[in-house]
Amino acid sequence: MVGVPQRLFGDVVVNEELPDLNYEVTATTVVLGALATRDWRPMHHDKDFAVHRNGTRDIFLNTPNQAAWFERYLTDWTGPHGRLARVTFRMKGSVFPGDTMILRGVVESTEVDEVGCGFASVAVTLSVDGDTKTTCAARIALPMSPDDNPWARRGDQWRPSPTQP
Amino acid sequence: MTETDDVLAGVLDLVGKEQYHEVGEFPVERGYIWTSCSSVENGNPLYWDDEVAEALTGGPIAPPSMVSVWFRPHHWAPGRTQEALPLQVHFDLKERFGLPEAVMTDNTIEFHTPVRAGDVLRTHQVLRSVSEEKTTKLGAGRFWVIDVVYSNQDGELVAVESYTGFGYRRAEAT
Repeated sequence: MVGVPQRLFGDVVVNEELPDLNYEVTATTVVLGALATRDWRPMHHDKDFAVHRNGTRDIFLNTPNQAAWFERYLTDWTGPHGRLARVTFRMKGSVFPGDTMILRGVVESTEVDEVGCGFASVAVTLSVDGDTKTTCAARIALPMSPDDNPWARRGDQWRPSPTQP
Repeated sequence: MTETDDVLAGVLDLVGKEQYHEVGEFPVERGYIWTSCSSVENGNPLYWDDEVAEALTGGPIAPPSMVSVWFRPHHWAPGRTQEALPLQVHFDLKERFGLPEAVMTDNTIEFHTPVRAGDVLRTHQVLRSVSEEKTTKLGAGRFWVIDVVYSNQDGELVAVESYTGFGYRRAEAT
C-alpha cells in the first residue's frame, strides 16, 4: 500500500480546520446522486414536480447523497484508514443546480476511548453563498500508530458512540 | 380514560418493541458502490483498489454512509400493488395521533460491522420514545424517536439509524 495517505490520531489538533471542498452543483449532480442512493422521488429529478408540487425553485440534493458527500469530505482528510463511527445531520435548506456548495469542517474534540481507539469529532457544514444548508456532526476513528487500523476492530473493541457520562 | 389516553397508551405499549422486520430486495453489489463513489467523486482507494481493501478490511466493503441505500425498494417490482414506504412506524404514528404534517428534525447513524458485497441485509424498526404534546412554531404535536436497526445475514449489527420526527397540526389551522 505504498503511497496511501494516512492521517494518524496524533496528527489531529483540536480546532484544526479541514480543507474546504467547493463543488458546483448541476442537475446531473442531483440526479446522479438520487439514483446512486435509489431515491426515485420526483423532486430529485423532475423540475416541474419540484417547482409545482414542492414549491422549491428546482430539483434538490437528497439527504442520503449529502451523507455520501460528507463521508467523502471526511475521508479525503483522514485517508482510507479513517473509519466513520457516527454522524448526525440537521437539514436547514436545500441545495439546487447552479449552487456552489462549500463543505467546511473543524475538529471540535479528540478522544481515546476505553479500548484504545482514537476518535476525532468534526463539525462539518455544507453552505451555499454563506447560508448553512446542512450540518453534520461526525465522529471518525483514526489510527493511533502507523500499524494501527481502526477497521480491524470488531465486537466490543469497536464503540462507535461515545460512552454516556 | 379518554380516547387520546387510549391512543397514547397503545403507542407507549409499542416503545422498545421490534416492528417491520424486512429483508433487503437484493444483495449488496459493487456496481452500486462505484456509482455512489462516482456521484460524489469519492476517490478513497478503499473502494477502488482491491489491494488496499484486502489490507484494511479483508476485502471490498461499501462506504458506511450507503447503509440505507440497500433498503430502498425497487421503483417497480412484479406483483407489487402499492408503494412501499420506508420508515413505516413514522407514518403509523402520524395516523394514530391524527397529525397530518410531519418533519424529521435530525438523523443520526451509528456504524458497526462493515457492509460487504454479497451481504443481504435485514432491518427492523423500534419506536424509542414519544413526547408529551408540544407546541412549536410549526404547530402543536409530538416528537418521537424511531430507530432503524440494520444487521447482516450472520446476525451481526451493521448500523443503527435514529430519526427524530415531529408530527403536528399547522399552527394557522382554523
